[in-house]
Amino acid sequence: MNKNKIRTYQNILGVFFLRFLIFFTIFFLVLFLYIIFSKGYKVLSWDFISKFPKDGMTKGGVFPAIYGSFLLTVLSVIFAFPVGLFTAVFLTEYAKPLWLVNAINISINTLSGIPSIVFGLFGLAIFVNGLKFGVSLISGALTLAVLILPIIINSTVEAIKTVPKDFAEASFALGATKTQTIFKVVLPAALPGILTGTIISVGRAAGETAPILFTAATFYTRELPSSIFDEVMALPYHIYALVTEGTKPALQKPIAYGSALILLVLVLGVNLLSIFIRSNIRRKRKC
Amino acid sequence: MKTENKVMNFKGLKDKLFFIFVTLISLFVIVFLVGIIYSIFKNGYEIFRSVGIIKFVFGFNWFPTYEPQEFGIFPLIIGSLAVTLMSIIICIPFGLGSAIYISEIAKPKEKEFLKPFLEILASIPSVIYGLFGMVFLAPLVRRVFNIDSGFNLLTASIILGFMVVPVVASFTEDALNAVPLSLREASYALGANKWETIWKVVVPSSISGITSAIVLGFGRAIGETMVVLMVAGNSSRIPRSLLDSVRPMSSTIAAEMGETAFGTLHFHALFGIAIVLFVITFVLNIITEFVRHRFIIKRY
Repeated sequence: MNKNKIRTYQNILGVFFLRFLIFFTIFFLVLFLYIIFSKGYKVLSWDFISKFPKDGMTKGGVFPAIYGSFLLTVLSVIFAFPVGLFTAVFLTEYAKPLWLVNAINISINTLSGIPSIVFGLFGLAIFVNGLKFGVSLISGALTLAVLILPIIINSTVEAIKTVPKDFAEASFALGATKTQTIFKVVLPAALPGILTGTIISVGRAAGETAPILFTAATFYTRELPSSIFDEVMALPYHIYALVTEGTKPALQKPIAYGSALILLVLVLGVNLLSIFIRSNIRRKRKC
Repeated sequence: MKTENKVMNFKGLKDKLFFIFVTLISLFVIVFLVGIIYSIFKNGYEIFRSVGIIKFVFGFNWFPTYEPQEFGIFPLIIGSLAVTLMSIIICIPFGLGSAIYISEIAKPKEKEFLKPFLEILASIPSVIYGLFGMVFLAPLVRRVFNIDSGFNLLTASIILGFMVVPVVASFTEDALNAVPLSLREASYALGANKWETIWKVVVPSSISGITSAIVLGFGRAIGETMVVLMVAGNSSRIPRSLLDSVRPMSSTIAAEMGETAFGTLHFHALFGIAIVLFVITFVLNIITEFVRHRFIIKRY
Protein backbone atom coordinates (compact mmCIF):
# COMPACT_ATOMS: atom_id res chain seq x y z
CA MET A 1 0.00 0.00 0.00
CA ASN A 2 2.77 2.38 1.05
CA LYS A 3 4.75 1.55 -2.06
CA ASN A 4 1.79 2.49 -4.22
CA LYS A 5 1.59 5.84 -2.47
CA ILE A 6 5.25 6.49 -3.27
CA ARG A 7 4.60 5.58 -6.88
CA THR A 8 1.71 8.00 -7.08
CA TYR A 9 3.78 10.83 -5.61
CA GLN A 10 6.60 9.97 -7.96
CA ASN A 11 4.20 10.18 -10.86
CA ILE A 12 2.79 13.55 -9.83
CA LEU A 13 6.24 15.00 -9.12
CA GLY A 14 7.69 13.62 -12.35
CA VAL A 15 4.96 15.10 -14.53
CA PHE A 16 5.30 18.38 -12.65
CA PHE A 17 9.07 18.36 -13.25
CA LEU A 18 8.63 17.87 -17.01
CA ARG A 19 6.10 20.67 -17.08
CA PHE A 20 8.57 22.87 -15.21
CA LEU A 21 11.28 22.15 -17.81
CA ILE A 22 9.16 23.19 -20.79
CA PHE A 23 7.81 26.23 -18.99
CA PHE A 24 11.32 27.29 -18.04
CA THR A 25 12.26 27.11 -21.72
CA ILE A 26 9.28 29.32 -22.53
CA PHE A 27 10.26 31.63 -19.66
CA PHE A 28 13.71 32.01 -21.21
CA LEU A 29 12.10 32.95 -24.53
CA VAL A 30 9.76 35.47 -22.90
CA LEU A 31 12.62 37.00 -20.91
CA PHE A 32 14.64 37.25 -24.10
CA LEU A 33 11.81 38.93 -25.99
CA TYR A 34 11.17 41.29 -23.07
CA ILE A 35 14.83 42.40 -22.91
CA ILE A 36 15.08 43.01 -26.66
CA PHE A 37 11.72 44.83 -26.81
CA SER A 38 12.32 46.98 -23.73
CA LYS A 39 15.76 48.05 -24.97
CA GLY A 40 14.69 48.58 -28.54
CA TYR A 41 11.32 50.30 -28.47
CA LYS A 42 12.67 53.57 -27.05
CA VAL A 43 14.79 54.06 -30.15
CA LEU A 44 12.15 53.12 -32.64
CA SER A 45 10.46 55.80 -34.69
CA TRP A 46 9.47 56.38 -38.29
CA ASP A 47 12.67 58.36 -38.82
CA PHE A 48 14.72 55.48 -37.47
CA ILE A 49 13.23 53.17 -40.07
CA SER A 50 13.24 55.54 -43.02
CA LYS A 51 16.38 57.68 -42.61
CA PHE A 52 20.08 57.21 -43.33
CA PRO A 53 22.65 57.00 -40.53
CA LYS A 54 24.29 60.30 -39.55
CA ASP A 55 27.38 61.53 -37.69
CA GLY A 56 29.49 58.41 -37.91
CA MET A 57 26.70 55.99 -37.00
CA THR A 58 25.76 57.79 -33.80
CA LYS A 59 22.50 59.29 -35.02
CA GLY A 60 19.91 58.87 -37.71
CA GLY A 61 18.19 55.74 -38.95
CA VAL A 62 18.99 52.36 -40.38
CA PHE A 63 17.08 52.44 -43.64
CA PRO A 64 20.00 51.26 -45.83
CA ALA A 65 20.47 48.23 -43.59
CA ILE A 66 16.79 47.29 -43.82
CA TYR A 67 16.85 47.80 -47.58
CA GLY A 68 20.08 45.76 -47.93
CA SER A 69 18.69 42.90 -45.88
CA PHE A 70 15.54 42.95 -47.97
CA LEU A 71 17.51 42.72 -51.22
CA LEU A 72 19.80 39.96 -49.91
CA THR A 73 16.85 37.91 -48.71
CA VAL A 74 14.68 38.31 -51.80
CA LEU A 75 17.55 37.58 -54.17
CA SER A 76 18.69 34.51 -52.26
CA VAL A 77 15.16 33.09 -52.24
CA ILE A 78 14.79 33.81 -55.96
CA PHE A 79 17.98 31.82 -56.59
CA ALA A 80 17.22 28.97 -54.19
CA PHE A 81 13.49 28.47 -54.75
CA PRO A 82 13.46 27.04 -58.32
CA VAL A 83 16.40 24.75 -57.59
CA GLY A 84 14.81 23.60 -54.34
CA LEU A 85 11.39 23.08 -55.92
CA PHE A 86 12.60 20.96 -58.85
CA THR A 87 14.99 18.97 -56.65
CA ALA A 88 12.04 18.15 -54.42
CA VAL A 89 9.97 17.18 -57.48
CA PHE A 90 12.77 14.86 -58.57
CA LEU A 91 13.03 13.27 -55.13
CA THR A 92 9.29 12.70 -54.74
CA GLU A 93 7.94 12.12 -58.25
CA TYR A 94 10.81 10.40 -60.08
CA ALA A 95 13.34 9.17 -57.50
CA LYS A 96 15.42 7.12 -59.91
CA PRO A 97 18.13 5.95 -60.33
CA LEU A 98 18.51 5.02 -56.68
CA TRP A 99 22.21 5.84 -56.40
CA LEU A 100 21.51 9.40 -57.53
CA VAL A 101 18.69 9.77 -55.02
CA ASN A 102 21.00 8.55 -52.27
CA ALA A 103 23.77 10.89 -53.34
CA ILE A 104 21.35 13.82 -53.35
CA ASN A 105 19.94 12.95 -49.96
CA ILE A 106 23.40 12.61 -48.44
CA SER A 107 24.34 15.97 -49.95
CA ILE A 108 21.25 17.67 -48.51
CA ASN A 109 21.92 16.19 -45.07
CA THR A 110 25.55 17.22 -45.13
CA LEU A 111 24.77 20.71 -46.41
CA SER A 112 22.26 21.34 -43.65
CA GLY A 113 24.83 20.41 -41.01
CA ILE A 114 27.64 22.64 -42.25
CA PRO A 115 28.34 25.61 -39.94
CA SER A 116 27.23 28.96 -41.35
CA ILE A 117 30.72 30.43 -41.06
CA VAL A 118 31.99 27.72 -43.43
CA PHE A 119 29.36 28.88 -45.93
CA GLY A 120 30.85 32.33 -45.52
CA LEU A 121 34.32 31.06 -46.43
CA PHE A 122 32.87 29.14 -49.37
CA GLY A 123 31.24 32.33 -50.63
CA LEU A 124 34.47 34.24 -50.12
CA ALA A 125 36.51 31.67 -52.04
CA ILE A 126 34.08 30.99 -54.88
CA PHE A 127 31.96 34.09 -55.46
CA VAL A 128 34.10 36.94 -54.09
CA ASN A 129 37.56 35.77 -55.18
CA GLY A 130 36.96 32.98 -57.70
CA LEU A 131 34.24 34.50 -59.88
CA LYS A 132 35.50 38.03 -59.07
CA PHE A 133 32.09 39.31 -57.94
CA GLY A 134 33.85 41.08 -55.09
CA VAL A 135 32.20 41.80 -51.75
CA SER A 136 28.76 42.40 -53.17
CA LEU A 137 25.04 41.89 -53.01
CA ILE A 138 25.25 39.04 -55.53
CA SER A 139 28.01 37.18 -53.64
CA GLY A 140 26.07 37.39 -50.39
CA ALA A 141 22.77 36.37 -51.98
CA LEU A 142 24.32 33.34 -53.70
CA THR A 143 25.99 32.25 -50.45
CA LEU A 144 22.71 32.58 -48.57
CA ALA A 145 20.91 30.73 -51.37
CA VAL A 146 23.16 27.68 -50.92
CA LEU A 147 22.59 27.91 -47.16
CA ILE A 148 18.77 27.91 -47.37
CA LEU A 149 18.54 25.37 -50.19
CA PRO A 150 18.29 22.31 -47.87
CA ILE A 151 15.45 23.97 -45.92
CA ILE A 152 13.47 24.66 -49.10
CA ILE A 153 14.05 21.14 -50.46
CA ASN A 154 13.11 19.39 -47.22
CA SER A 155 9.94 21.40 -46.64
CA THR A 156 8.85 21.02 -50.28
CA VAL A 157 9.41 17.26 -50.12
CA GLU A 158 7.28 17.14 -46.96
CA ALA A 159 4.57 19.26 -48.60
CA ILE A 160 4.42 17.07 -51.73
CA LYS A 161 4.31 13.91 -49.64
CA THR A 162 1.14 15.09 -47.89
CA VAL A 163 -0.75 15.26 -51.21
CA PRO A 164 -2.83 12.08 -51.39
CA LYS A 165 -1.78 9.56 -54.04
CA ASP A 166 -5.38 9.44 -55.35
CA PHE A 167 -5.02 12.95 -56.75
CA ALA A 168 -2.20 11.93 -59.08
CA GLU A 169 -3.91 8.65 -59.96
CA ALA A 170 -7.17 10.42 -60.83
CA SER A 171 -5.21 12.80 -63.03
CA PHE A 172 -3.46 9.92 -64.82
CA ALA A 173 -6.81 8.19 -65.28
CA LEU A 174 -8.10 11.28 -67.07
CA GLY A 175 -5.25 10.93 -69.53
CA ALA A 176 -2.96 13.63 -68.20
CA THR A 177 0.77 13.16 -68.63
CA LYS A 178 3.19 13.08 -65.74
CA THR A 179 4.33 16.65 -66.37
CA GLN A 180 0.75 17.89 -66.50
CA THR A 181 -0.07 16.00 -63.33
CA ILE A 182 2.88 17.52 -61.48
CA PHE A 183 2.14 21.09 -62.55
CA LYS A 184 -1.65 21.06 -62.48
CA VAL A 185 -2.46 18.65 -59.66
CA VAL A 186 0.40 17.85 -57.30
CA LEU A 187 2.13 21.21 -56.95
CA PRO A 188 -1.07 23.28 -56.55
CA ALA A 189 -2.25 20.89 -53.85
CA ALA A 190 1.10 21.14 -52.09
CA LEU A 191 1.32 24.92 -52.50
CA PRO A 192 0.48 26.02 -48.93
CA GLY A 193 3.09 23.63 -47.53
CA ILE A 194 5.69 24.79 -50.03
CA LEU A 195 4.90 28.40 -49.12
CA THR A 196 5.38 27.68 -45.42
CA GLY A 197 8.82 26.26 -46.02
CA THR A 198 9.81 29.14 -48.27
CA ILE A 199 8.68 31.65 -45.68
CA ILE A 200 10.77 29.93 -43.01
CA SER A 201 13.79 30.12 -45.29
CA VAL A 202 13.12 33.86 -45.78
CA GLY A 203 13.38 34.30 -42.03
CA ARG A 204 16.57 32.29 -41.94
CA ALA A 205 18.22 34.21 -44.78
CA ALA A 206 17.28 37.56 -43.26
CA GLY A 207 18.81 36.72 -39.90
CA GLU A 208 22.10 35.07 -40.85
CA THR A 209 25.25 37.05 -40.12
CA ALA A 210 28.24 34.77 -40.53
CA PRO A 211 27.71 33.97 -44.25
CA ILE A 212 27.53 37.64 -45.27
CA LEU A 213 30.40 38.78 -43.04
CA PHE A 214 33.00 38.54 -45.82
CA THR A 215 30.76 38.22 -48.86
CA ALA A 216 28.34 41.16 -48.86
CA ALA A 217 28.11 43.26 -45.76
CA THR A 218 29.67 46.60 -45.08
CA PHE A 219 29.37 48.85 -42.05
CA TYR A 220 28.50 52.01 -43.90
CA THR A 221 27.57 53.07 -47.40
CA ARG A 222 26.76 56.59 -48.43
CA GLU A 223 24.20 55.48 -50.98
CA LEU A 224 21.85 52.59 -51.58
CA PRO A 225 23.30 49.86 -53.80
CA SER A 226 22.81 50.70 -57.46
CA SER A 227 23.82 47.32 -58.88
CA ILE A 228 24.15 43.75 -57.67
CA PHE A 229 27.92 44.20 -57.57
CA ASP A 230 27.76 46.84 -54.83
CA GLU A 231 28.42 46.22 -51.16
CA VAL A 232 25.35 46.47 -48.97
CA MET A 233 24.52 47.22 -45.37
CA ALA A 234 22.49 44.49 -43.67
CA LEU A 235 20.59 44.47 -40.38
CA PRO A 236 22.29 41.47 -38.70
CA TYR A 237 25.77 42.68 -39.58
CA HIS A 238 24.83 46.20 -38.56
CA ILE A 239 23.87 44.99 -35.08
CA TYR A 240 27.09 43.05 -34.70
CA ALA A 241 29.30 45.87 -35.96
CA LEU A 242 27.63 48.51 -33.78
CA VAL A 243 28.17 46.63 -30.52
CA THR A 244 31.64 45.28 -31.24
CA GLU A 245 33.46 47.61 -33.59
CA GLY A 246 31.89 50.99 -32.89
CA THR A 247 34.02 53.89 -31.76
CA LYS A 248 31.36 55.54 -29.60
CA PRO A 249 29.64 52.64 -27.80
CA ALA A 250 27.37 54.79 -25.66
CA LEU A 251 25.77 56.43 -28.68
CA GLN A 252 25.84 53.41 -30.96
CA LYS A 253 24.39 50.77 -28.64
CA PRO A 254 20.86 52.18 -28.71
CA ILE A 255 20.94 52.02 -32.51
CA ALA A 256 21.94 48.36 -32.25
CA TYR A 257 18.98 47.73 -29.90
CA GLY A 258 16.62 49.39 -32.35
CA SER A 259 18.02 47.43 -35.29
CA ALA A 260 17.73 44.19 -33.31
CA LEU A 261 14.09 44.94 -32.54
CA ILE A 262 13.33 45.60 -36.23
CA LEU A 263 15.06 42.38 -37.29
CA LEU A 264 13.33 40.41 -34.55
CA VAL A 265 9.89 41.75 -35.48
CA LEU A 266 10.49 40.96 -39.16
CA VAL A 267 11.68 37.40 -38.48
CA LEU A 268 8.96 36.71 -35.91
CA GLY A 269 6.30 38.15 -38.22
CA VAL A 270 7.45 35.94 -41.05
CA ASN A 271 7.43 32.87 -38.81
CA LEU A 272 4.04 33.60 -37.28
CA LEU A 273 2.73 33.88 -40.83
CA SER A 274 4.04 30.41 -41.63
CA ILE A 275 2.60 28.96 -38.40
CA PHE A 276 -0.72 30.56 -39.28
CA ILE A 277 -0.73 29.16 -42.83
CA ARG A 278 0.09 25.71 -41.53
CA SER A 279 -2.62 25.64 -38.89
CA ASN A 280 -5.03 26.79 -41.60
CA ILE A 281 -4.02 23.84 -43.78
CA ARG A 282 -4.55 21.46 -40.88
CA ARG A 283 -7.98 22.83 -40.17
CA LYS A 284 -8.96 22.45 -43.82
CA ARG A 285 -7.68 18.88 -43.92
CA LYS A 286 -9.80 18.00 -40.92
CA CYS A 287 -13.05 19.11 -42.55
CA MET B 1 -5.42 8.01 -85.59
CA LYS B 2 -2.02 9.02 -86.92
CA THR B 3 -2.20 12.60 -85.69
CA GLU B 4 -3.35 11.37 -82.32
CA ASN B 5 -0.28 9.18 -82.12
CA LYS B 6 1.87 12.15 -82.95
CA VAL B 7 0.28 14.14 -80.15
CA MET B 8 0.91 11.26 -77.75
CA ASN B 9 4.52 11.07 -78.87
CA PHE B 10 4.95 14.77 -78.45
CA LYS B 11 3.55 14.52 -74.94
CA GLY B 12 5.87 11.65 -74.22
CA LEU B 13 8.80 13.69 -75.43
CA LYS B 14 7.80 16.58 -73.23
CA ASP B 15 7.65 14.22 -70.28
CA LYS B 16 11.10 12.90 -71.06
CA LEU B 17 12.52 16.39 -71.42
CA PHE B 18 11.02 17.46 -68.12
CA PHE B 19 12.48 14.41 -66.41
CA ILE B 20 15.93 15.25 -67.75
CA PHE B 21 15.51 18.89 -66.72
CA VAL B 22 14.50 17.98 -63.17
CA THR B 23 17.34 15.49 -62.86
CA LEU B 24 19.87 18.08 -64.00
CA ILE B 25 18.52 20.68 -61.55
CA SER B 26 18.75 18.25 -58.67
CA LEU B 27 22.44 17.76 -59.39
CA PHE B 28 22.99 21.31 -58.07
CA VAL B 29 22.90 20.12 -54.46
CA ILE B 30 25.78 17.75 -55.12
CA VAL B 31 27.66 20.43 -57.04
CA PHE B 32 27.30 22.86 -54.13
CA LEU B 33 28.51 20.34 -51.57
CA VAL B 34 31.50 19.45 -53.74
CA GLY B 35 32.08 23.18 -54.26
CA ILE B 36 32.18 23.84 -50.53
CA ILE B 37 34.54 20.94 -49.87
CA TYR B 38 36.73 21.94 -52.80
CA SER B 39 36.91 25.60 -51.83
CA ILE B 40 37.91 25.08 -48.21
CA PHE B 41 40.40 22.30 -48.97
CA LYS B 42 41.98 24.20 -51.85
CA ASN B 43 42.52 27.29 -49.70
CA GLY B 44 43.35 25.47 -46.48
CA TYR B 45 45.71 22.86 -47.89
CA GLU B 46 48.63 25.30 -47.87
CA ILE B 47 48.69 25.53 -44.06
CA PHE B 48 48.90 21.76 -43.67
CA ARG B 49 51.76 21.71 -46.15
CA SER B 50 53.84 24.46 -44.57
CA VAL B 51 53.08 23.94 -40.87
CA GLY B 52 52.26 20.26 -40.84
CA ILE B 53 48.96 18.72 -39.88
CA ILE B 54 50.09 17.56 -36.40
CA LYS B 55 51.63 20.91 -35.48
CA PHE B 56 48.53 22.70 -36.77
CA VAL B 57 45.94 20.62 -34.93
CA PHE B 58 47.89 19.99 -31.73
CA GLY B 59 49.99 23.15 -31.53
CA PHE B 60 49.42 25.15 -28.34
CA ASN B 61 50.07 28.65 -29.64
CA TRP B 62 47.86 30.64 -31.95
CA PHE B 63 49.89 33.75 -32.79
CA PRO B 64 48.99 34.55 -36.39
CA THR B 65 50.04 38.19 -36.24
CA TYR B 66 53.23 38.01 -34.15
CA GLU B 67 56.75 37.37 -35.41
CA PRO B 68 57.46 34.52 -35.63
CA GLN B 69 53.95 33.42 -36.55
CA GLU B 70 52.58 30.33 -34.87
CA PHE B 71 49.52 28.43 -36.04
CA GLY B 72 48.51 25.93 -33.40
CA ILE B 73 44.74 25.57 -33.07
CA PHE B 74 44.59 23.14 -30.14
CA PRO B 75 43.34 25.84 -27.72
CA LEU B 76 40.64 26.78 -30.25
CA ILE B 77 39.54 23.17 -30.62
CA ILE B 78 39.40 22.82 -26.84
CA GLY B 79 37.49 26.09 -26.70
CA SER B 80 34.93 24.80 -29.18
CA LEU B 81 34.56 21.48 -27.40
CA ALA B 82 34.27 23.13 -23.97
CA VAL B 83 31.53 25.55 -25.03
CA THR B 84 29.67 22.89 -26.99
CA LEU B 85 29.82 20.24 -24.29
CA MET B 86 28.68 22.71 -21.64
CA SER B 87 25.84 23.99 -23.81
CA ILE B 88 24.66 20.44 -24.50
CA ILE B 89 24.68 19.68 -20.77
CA ILE B 90 22.47 22.74 -20.27
CA CYS B 91 20.32 21.85 -23.26
CA ILE B 92 19.63 18.18 -22.47
CA PRO B 93 17.17 18.56 -19.55
CA PHE B 94 15.20 21.32 -21.30
CA GLY B 95 15.30 19.77 -24.76
CA LEU B 96 14.37 16.26 -23.67
CA GLY B 97 11.93 17.50 -21.01
CA SER B 98 10.09 19.67 -23.53
CA ALA B 99 9.93 16.87 -26.08
CA ILE B 100 8.71 14.29 -23.57
CA TYR B 101 6.14 16.69 -22.20
CA ILE B 102 4.80 17.58 -25.64
CA SER B 103 4.77 14.02 -26.92
CA GLU B 104 3.62 12.10 -23.83
CA ILE B 105 1.75 14.41 -21.48
CA ALA B 106 0.32 17.47 -23.23
CA LYS B 107 -3.24 17.30 -24.53
CA PRO B 108 -3.75 18.18 -28.21
CA LYS B 109 -4.84 21.76 -27.42
CA GLU B 110 -1.86 22.26 -25.11
CA LYS B 111 0.43 20.85 -27.77
CA GLU B 112 -0.81 23.31 -30.34
CA PHE B 113 -0.16 26.11 -27.87
CA LEU B 114 3.33 24.96 -26.80
CA LYS B 115 4.92 23.96 -30.09
CA PRO B 116 4.96 27.44 -31.69
CA PHE B 117 7.06 28.67 -28.75
CA LEU B 118 9.79 26.20 -29.62
CA GLU B 119 9.53 27.15 -33.28
CA ILE B 120 9.93 30.82 -32.41
CA LEU B 121 12.94 29.97 -30.25
CA ALA B 122 14.44 28.21 -33.27
CA SER B 123 13.77 31.07 -35.65
CA ILE B 124 15.48 33.90 -33.75
CA PRO B 125 18.65 35.10 -35.52
CA SER B 126 21.83 34.21 -33.67
CA VAL B 127 23.12 37.77 -33.68
CA ILE B 128 20.16 38.82 -31.51
CA TYR B 129 20.92 35.99 -29.08
CA GLY B 130 24.43 37.40 -28.99
CA LEU B 131 23.11 40.87 -28.24
CA PHE B 132 20.92 39.46 -25.47
CA GLY B 133 24.03 37.82 -24.02
CA MET B 134 25.97 41.06 -24.13
CA VAL B 135 23.36 43.32 -22.57
CA PHE B 136 21.68 40.97 -20.12
CA LEU B 137 23.32 37.65 -19.37
CA ALA B 138 26.99 38.69 -19.27
CA PRO B 139 26.38 41.49 -16.73
CA LEU B 140 24.22 39.09 -14.70
CA VAL B 141 26.92 36.40 -14.65
CA ARG B 142 29.50 39.03 -13.73
CA ARG B 143 27.47 40.19 -10.76
CA VAL B 144 26.47 36.72 -9.55
CA PHE B 145 30.03 35.38 -9.54
CA ASN B 146 31.62 38.71 -8.67
CA ILE B 147 34.19 38.60 -11.47
CA ASP B 148 35.73 41.22 -13.74
CA SER B 149 33.99 40.22 -16.94
CA GLY B 150 30.91 38.21 -17.77
CA PHE B 151 32.16 37.30 -21.21
CA ASN B 152 33.13 33.70 -20.63
CA LEU B 153 32.47 30.05 -21.29
CA LEU B 154 29.46 29.86 -18.97
CA THR B 155 27.59 32.80 -20.50
CA ALA B 156 28.14 31.55 -24.04
CA SER B 157 27.10 28.01 -23.07
CA ILE B 158 23.83 29.09 -21.46
CA ILE B 159 22.71 31.01 -24.54
CA LEU B 160 23.95 28.35 -26.93
CA GLY B 161 22.23 25.68 -24.82
CA PHE B 162 18.84 27.34 -25.17
CA MET B 163 19.44 27.98 -28.86
CA VAL B 164 19.88 24.25 -29.43
CA VAL B 165 16.82 23.26 -27.31
CA PRO B 166 14.39 23.41 -30.27
CA VAL B 167 16.68 21.27 -32.45
CA VAL B 168 17.11 18.57 -29.83
CA ALA B 169 13.43 18.78 -28.83
CA SER B 170 12.06 18.39 -32.34
CA PHE B 171 14.25 15.39 -33.21
CA THR B 172 13.57 13.79 -29.82
CA GLU B 173 9.87 14.25 -30.41
CA ASP B 174 10.16 12.42 -33.74
CA ALA B 175 11.93 9.57 -31.97
CA LEU B 176 9.25 9.39 -29.28
CA ASN B 177 6.46 9.46 -31.85
CA ALA B 178 8.04 6.46 -33.56
CA VAL B 179 7.45 4.33 -30.46
CA PRO B 180 4.34 2.23 -31.17
CA LEU B 181 1.27 3.03 -29.12
CA SER B 182 0.90 -0.66 -28.25
CA LEU B 183 4.02 -0.52 -26.08
CA ARG B 184 2.54 2.27 -23.99
CA GLU B 185 -0.81 0.48 -23.77
CA ALA B 186 0.90 -2.73 -22.65
CA SER B 187 2.71 -0.77 -19.96
CA TYR B 188 -0.52 0.81 -18.69
CA ALA B 189 -2.24 -2.57 -18.80
CA LEU B 190 0.43 -3.90 -16.45
CA GLY B 191 -0.52 -1.16 -14.00
CA ALA B 192 2.33 1.24 -14.66
CA ASN B 193 1.58 4.93 -14.30
CA LYS B 194 2.57 7.73 -16.67
CA TRP B 195 6.00 8.42 -15.14
CA GLU B 196 6.93 4.74 -15.12
CA THR B 197 5.72 4.29 -18.69
CA ILE B 198 7.82 7.23 -19.83
CA TRP B 199 11.05 6.22 -18.09
CA LYS B 200 10.85 2.45 -18.31
CA VAL B 201 9.16 1.96 -21.69
CA VAL B 202 9.05 4.98 -24.00
CA VAL B 203 12.48 6.50 -23.36
CA PRO B 204 14.44 3.20 -23.38
CA SER B 205 12.84 2.09 -26.62
CA SER B 206 13.61 5.37 -28.36
CA ILE B 207 17.06 5.83 -26.86
CA SER B 208 18.93 5.65 -30.16
CA GLY B 209 16.68 8.31 -31.68
CA ILE B 210 17.23 10.50 -28.62
CA THR B 211 20.99 9.94 -28.85
CA SER B 212 21.03 10.99 -32.47
CA ALA B 213 19.03 14.12 -31.55
CA ILE B 214 21.68 15.03 -28.98
CA VAL B 215 24.54 14.38 -31.41
CA LEU B 216 22.76 16.57 -33.94
CA GLY B 217 22.41 19.33 -31.35
CA PHE B 218 26.13 18.99 -30.64
CA GLY B 219 26.86 19.53 -34.33
CA ARG B 220 24.67 22.63 -34.42
CA ALA B 221 26.28 24.11 -31.32
CA ILE B 222 29.88 23.55 -32.43
CA GLY B 223 29.30 25.43 -35.68
CA GLU B 224 27.43 28.36 -34.17
CA THR B 225 29.45 31.52 -34.68
CA MET B 226 27.83 34.79 -33.68
CA VAL B 227 26.96 34.00 -30.07
CA VAL B 228 30.42 32.76 -29.16
CA LEU B 229 31.98 35.61 -31.09
CA MET B 230 29.99 38.15 -29.09
CA VAL B 231 29.96 36.70 -25.58
CA ALA B 232 32.68 34.05 -25.11
CA GLY B 233 35.41 36.63 -24.46
CA ASN B 234 37.85 35.64 -27.21
CA SER B 235 40.97 34.67 -25.31
CA SER B 236 42.89 31.97 -27.12
CA ARG B 237 44.13 30.13 -24.04
CA ILE B 238 42.90 26.76 -22.90
CA PRO B 239 40.11 27.45 -20.38
CA ARG B 240 40.68 26.19 -16.84
CA SER B 241 37.27 26.98 -15.38
CA LEU B 242 33.73 27.77 -16.44
CA LEU B 243 34.39 31.44 -15.80
CA ASP B 244 37.38 31.65 -18.15
CA SER B 245 37.08 33.38 -21.46
CA VAL B 246 37.40 31.13 -24.52
CA ARG B 247 37.81 31.45 -28.25
CA PRO B 248 36.24 28.64 -30.27
CA MET B 249 37.15 27.83 -33.88
CA SER B 250 34.11 29.40 -35.52
CA SER B 251 34.55 32.78 -33.89
CA THR B 252 38.27 32.82 -34.67
CA ILE B 253 37.45 32.60 -38.38
CA ALA B 254 34.79 35.28 -38.10
CA ALA B 255 36.95 37.63 -36.05
CA GLU B 256 40.14 37.39 -38.09
CA MET B 257 39.17 36.81 -41.71
CA GLY B 258 38.16 40.44 -42.15
CA GLU B 259 41.67 41.71 -41.37
CA THR B 260 43.57 39.05 -43.26
CA ALA B 261 45.05 39.64 -46.68
CA PHE B 262 44.18 37.18 -49.43
CA GLY B 263 46.78 34.46 -49.94
CA THR B 264 48.78 34.96 -46.72
CA LEU B 265 49.59 32.07 -44.41
CA HIS B 266 47.08 33.45 -41.90
CA PHE B 267 44.40 33.35 -44.61
CA HIS B 268 45.19 29.70 -45.32
CA ALA B 269 45.23 28.91 -41.61
CA LEU B 270 41.68 30.23 -41.20
CA PHE B 271 40.56 27.98 -44.06
CA GLY B 272 42.45 25.19 -42.27
CA ILE B 273 40.26 25.80 -39.22
CA ALA B 274 37.22 25.62 -41.48
CA ILE B 275 38.42 22.21 -42.71
CA VAL B 276 38.71 20.94 -39.12
CA LEU B 277 35.26 22.35 -38.34
CA PHE B 278 33.79 20.78 -41.46
CA VAL B 279 35.33 17.38 -40.73
CA ILE B 280 33.97 17.44 -37.16
CA THR B 281 30.41 18.33 -38.24
CA PHE B 282 30.61 15.82 -41.09
CA VAL B 283 31.61 13.00 -38.74
CA LEU B 284 28.86 13.99 -36.29
CA ASN B 285 26.39 13.87 -39.18
CA ILE B 286 27.49 10.38 -40.12
CA ILE B 287 27.16 9.24 -36.50
CA THR B 288 23.63 10.66 -36.37
CA GLU B 289 22.65 8.88 -39.57
CA PHE B 290 24.27 5.65 -38.43
CA VAL B 291 22.54 5.64 -35.04
CA ARG B 292 19.19 6.51 -36.59
CA HIS B 293 19.59 3.85 -39.25
CA ARG B 294 20.44 1.15 -36.75
CA PHE B 295 17.41 2.14 -34.76
CA ILE B 296 15.14 1.69 -37.77
CA ILE B 297 16.59 -1.71 -38.64
CA LYS B 298 16.26 -2.89 -35.07
CA ARG B 299 12.63 -1.96 -34.98
CA TYR B 300 11.39 -3.59 -38.15
